[in-house]
Amino acid sequence: MRSREALRMAFEAIRAHKLRGFFTVLGTVVGVMFLIAVITLIEGMNRYVEKEFKGAIFGVNTVTLRRMPSMDMDAGSAQYREWSRRRRITFEDTDWLDARLETPGTVALAATNTGKVRGPRGREADNVWVTGASASYFQVREMEMESGRPFSSQEDRLGIPVVVIGKDVAEALFEGRDPLGQVVYVRGFPYRVIGVLEKQGSLFGMSMDNQAIAPIRSDLEGFVTNNRRGTVDEMTFKVPHERYIPTAKAELEALMRVRHGLRPEQPNDFELETADESLGFWARIRTILLLALPALVGISLVVGAIVIMNIMLVSVSERTREIGIRKSLGARRGDILLQFLFESSALSGVGALLGIGLGVALAWVVQAATPLPASVAPWSVALAVGLGVGVGVAAGVYPAYRASRLDPIVALRAE
Amino acid sequence: MSAGVAPIIETHDLSKHYTMGAETVRALQGVDLVIARNEYVAIMGPSGSGKSTLMNLIGCLDSPTSGEYVLNGKRVAGMDDDELARVRNQEIGFVFQTFNLLPRSTALENVELPLVYGGAGKRERRERAVLALEHVGLGDRTHHRPNELSGGQRQRVAIARALVTRPSIILADEPTGNLDSRTSEEIMGLFARLHAEGQTIIMVTHEADIAAHAARVVTLKDGCIETDRRQASVPPRTAHPEERPAALAALPEG
Repeated sequence: MRSREALRMAFEAIRAHKLRGFFTVLGTVVGVMFLIAVITLIEGMNRYVEKEFKGAIFGVNTVTLRRMPSMDMDAGSAQYREWSRRRRITFEDTDWLDARLETPGTVALAATNTGKVRGPRGREADNVWVTGASASYFQVREMEMESGRPFSSQEDRLGIPVVVIGKDVAEALFEGRDPLGQVVYVRGFPYRVIGVLEKQGSLFGMSMDNQAIAPIRSDLEGFVTNNRRGTVDEMTFKVPHERYIPTAKAELEALMRVRHGLRPEQPNDFELETADESLGFWARIRTILLLALPALVGISLVVGAIVIMNIMLVSVSERTREIGIRKSLGARRGDILLQFLFESSALSGVGALLGIGLGVALAWVVQAATPLPASVAPWSVALAVGLGVGVGVAAGVYPAYRASRLDPIVALRAE
Repeated sequence: MSAGVAPIIETHDLSKHYTMGAETVRALQGVDLVIARNEYVAIMGPSGSGKSTLMNLIGCLDSPTSGEYVLNGKRVAGMDDDELARVRNQEIGFVFQTFNLLPRSTALENVELPLVYGGAGKRERRERAVLALEHVGLGDRTHHRPNELSGGQRQRVAIARALVTRPSIILADEPTGNLDSRTSEEIMGLFARLHAEGQTIIMVTHEADIAAHAARVVTLKDGCIETDRRQASVPPRTAHPEERPAALAALPEG
């Protein structure tokens, strides 16, 4: 008997007991559903981190020089004290570096603080990310304007009080009216709005549109640098291509060590970050999640397999007579074995498909209800189908073997 | 039958012993039986006489403890399970007392089943199954399920299923045991026609009036053949074509 016949028989048997089949493979359905939902969310997060987060926080193809790391979740207080004792990065440092860097690229400076921005008629925007930046910041961070323009290097150098605001700030202060040319107040200093940023979206539920960017040498310098004028939080060096990143990093490191007069045995007293390295923590989280997941899913699949095996054993004993009939008509052991094996794996495979559908739906629900993004990974769908069928085969082997070993005479006599 | 015709079944000293705990049950003790092509044989005997065991052995559902069994030139004793399955598929058409149709399958699918295990292609299966159903007068019932058919119709589906592989023998186990007397006569009429067409039929029964349809009656007792006689109650039939209309006339409508 060919496998196609066995498969056809399997689906017929499943059709005959739809409800029972559904309960039989509930374990597979639930296991696969969680597998798909979690992988979809992890992958969604991953894509998000790769595509959006990286660009938004670090910029594309950049090396960032900082006094202390921007992201380190597990630094101790001793470590933190060491960072706090480090020299701050000054305008002089960055000018000095900019003059000596041989790797092609653009330098941008930024210092950021959070605070209120006031508009006309007492309107306020709260918790705004206020950044004092150099004019090159917009180019380096690839920020586009929705209307108006970024500030120029002349405005930057002269400290002209002009500001580019995000969509949320524009909405909060002007409610749909054109903000261009209007005056807003940052820490009491009047700034003229010359540009509105394109919508930046949100990052883990945190809006990237609630920000304002003004020349760092203007009146808000004291605010964004915490009254350490002449210093910056970070200097970002954008290179034209990914392949320049290692060179740029090495050059910056060498120059900074010279600048700070470090002896060879002394460690760096500054940080150089690239997006990929800084997101190493995310890669670690992802690896842990993807490794822990199979264990969790495995438990429900094992339980699912046991249920399938039990129901298949019941099914074999219920259908003893059918097996006897088939054997009397010339079915060999292999035919019977194949029939029941196909039945359990088709059952479980259908369960897996159901689980995939539910898992994707669950991921969508999570995406809609929380800031977590979702992205269905094709490999996870293949994995789920494979696991489903595999569970069916594993669960079906013993019942199918029992069925195939039935004595036709005894089986024919069964009621 | 006449000497010189190659026997379709030949057993020599066929024995079957079962071990039940410490006790050995000798269900069959040295049966010698020769059945020629196109014979119509009834096997009779009270329960415990070994007729079921003999039928299981003849039907290749079981292997003898000792002795020889040659079916259509094949030595069956000593074959393994899969070889026996193949012999069952190709050489034997079973007809059971309880019909033993698959309840969820249509008449046509039931009749196709032996061809599925024989490895026939889809189209060939369909054609042959339809022919077999037409042959037993159920050409218009191909898509009915067993529970939509009467007892007699079910048994005719089972007979079509037995015929569809063109087996050497039809092996019927109490084929009328679950049928009323009128339907029983219909089935016996169908058997008579098949016999007339050249089919070898072996029928196990405990009913004398059913056995009376056969040309030869073998009686078992205590695992041995007690009597083996030919009878004239039914005229000996041959496969002459001119006899077919008469056989067909014995069929009921449908």
